[in-house]
Amino acid sequence: MTTEQQQSAMAAMVRHHEIEQFLYYEASLYDERRFLEWVDLLADDVRYFMPLIRNVKFGEHEREETREMEELNWIDEGKDTLAGRIQQILTGVHWAEEPLSRIVHSISNVQVVEDRGDEVDVKCNFVTYRNRVETETDLFVGRREDTLRMVDGSWKIARRKVILAQNVLMAKNLTLLL
Amino acid sequence: MAMSDAALEQALERWVDHGRRTVTRSIFVDEELYQLEQERVFARCWLFIGHESQISKPGDYFVSRMGEESVIMTRDRQGEVHVFLNSCMHRGMRVCRYDEGNTPIFSCPYHGWSYALDGSLVGVPYFKEAYRSELNKSEWGLVEVAQIANYKGTIWATWDKAAPNFQEYMGHMLFYMDDLLDGRDGTPGGSEAYGGVQKWITPTNWKSAAENRAGDFYHGISHRSVDLVGIGPSAGKGRRDGQGETLSFNSLLDYGHAMMGSLQLGDAPWTPALQSNKVAAEWAEHCYYERKKNYGNRARVLGSGGNAFPNFSFWCRQPRRIFMLHPAGEALKSEFWSWFLVDANAPQEVKDLMRHYSLRYSGPAGMTEQDDMENWNHAAKASRGVIASRQPYNYQMGMHSMEDHPDLPGKIVFGMGEQNQFGMYAFWADLMASRDWDEVMARRQSRGSLP
Ligand code: FES
Ligand SMILES: [Fe+2]
Repeated sequence: MTTEQQQSAMAAMVRHHEIEQFLYYEASLYDERRFLEWVDLLADDVRYFMPLIRNVKFGEHEREETREMEELNWIDEGKDTLAGRIQQILTGVHWAEEPLSRIVHSISNVQVVEDRGDEVDVKCNFVTYRNRVETETDLFVGRREDTLRMVDGSWKIARRKVILAQNVLMAKNLTLLL
Repeated sequence: MAMSDAALEQALERWVDHGRRTVTRSIFVDEELYQLEQERVFARCWLFIGHESQISKPGDYFVSRMGEESVIMTRDRQGEVHVFLNSCMHRGMRVCRYDEGNTPIFSCPYHGWSYALDGSLVGVPYFKEAYRSELNKSEWGLVEVAQIANYKGTIWATWDKAAPNFQEYMGHMLFYMDDLLDGRDGTPGGSEAYGGVQKWITPTNWKSAAENRAGDFYHGISHRSVDLVGIGPSAGKGRRDGQGETLSFNSLLDYGHAMMGSLQLGDAPWTPALQSNKVAAEWAEHCYYERKKNYGNRARVLGSGGNAFPNFSFWCRQPRRIFMLHPAGEALKSEFWSWFLVDANAPQEVKDLMRHYSLRYSGPAGMTEQDDMENWNHAAKASRGVIASRQPYNYQMGMHSMEDHPDLPGKIVFGMGEQNQFGMYAFWADLMASRDWDEVMARRQSRGSLP
């Protein structure tokens, strides 16, 4: 390896570490219920998209996910509604989150897909656990495709696509963001 | 059922008690009653299958449910709509395991019997060699429903050929359902379903959700948190747009159907709606006045939500939605399916606005409905114990204030009331006590039929 190659490999590793740490930090804010700080990590023009997943014939996989901004999805929205979800939890009378659930996001398989300098596309897997009241437990497992953007010296979430690996949702509701 | 029919009939009189207006908790939690329901309610009544717009071309199909069972809705080469049980006639394999698509034929993955779009058995591997050409294929097509109906783009079916026909079964409920299915400007039909159906499991009895849609104007407190935040289609204010000066009403109809709505008072000037988008707001105002022209006096009746017995619950306006409450294998397990409708000819701005609004309002991620699911889940669970199940639910609200009204079909209670929910259980009990539709009709008549 030339010195130049070594340097660029090192730079990619540092970048990867930085992005990974951001994703862990973001998850911990949510799980530690630092909800307003979590909202601050959203870019003003953020889009959060979580399609429904269909069972389709082999070769027709372009129809497997419902389309953003067009069909029904689980979630398809911007910052106002995302912030509204957090405000709803903070009312203290949102019965589906009162008492608050115990949520643990585990993020893994982090891959920086494209680095454009002040914007980065990053993929990861999630295993998110929700336990509430006494014994109610749900497990949400899937993949995520995020775009992060550097705004005034810190990373913000500019786009998130959540691909939950379920057809019929096995949980009664989605009171959490994955 | 371990109980004899006579004993069951007696028990039902106690369980759904017309004198006290109470309903026993066992009908929500008992597994034997759940099983009997599959036969006496779901195999007998008219059930919603899907929207015509989901199968617009020949060869299109959509896999739906009737009660616990999977069915396939198809459009054949002649354009005719069919509904079949999704189970192979040979060994019962699920013939179609996709949610929707387009196909010339359904081919069974197990031994390869294949069925045409009209359900007929057209292909049998080794027909000559193994069956010596002796199998009578015409007797072994997929099981088709006994009656089918298309009402303004919604497809309905029943397994029971003795069931009253669709018009008779729905009766005046169609008057109210028109506010779901007609154009916002009052022209007949013309709705389409957005692509995709939300499906999710909730640990509750399907009737807990059905009775909520049948007439629960009382549960505002459930939704206090979303009211505080505001998610409405006019710059996020409130939960939905205002409708001017109105009187809320509950209407109990024949065959267990029930409706909630608002009756406009006075000459009801336009109340601004869909203000988040200029095109949508102008369209809504235009439709409002057109609807008045097209509907006449009837335009004063604004539908809210309702439940067409047993499990077609819907919301007419904001959001505009079909919400199917399927039993899912045990008393405290339901599978909910959600469709949203919009005028096919509405401007794109309206389609976008209403889709976003519907998604933040309803379904498992809906900021309103999350709290409904929580309540239905825990109410059912807390009703199962020995001591809990000794205490019936109370449906006495508004029991003495039923009236007739010239503009509103059904038995009406203005404001809040629980005669809708009780009436739904009264019809449920008649179905459960009866061995066939003749008996159901006889019971219905002896109770004095509703308008
Ligand atoms: S089960 Fe379908 S062909 Fe045998
Ligand atoms: Fe509700």
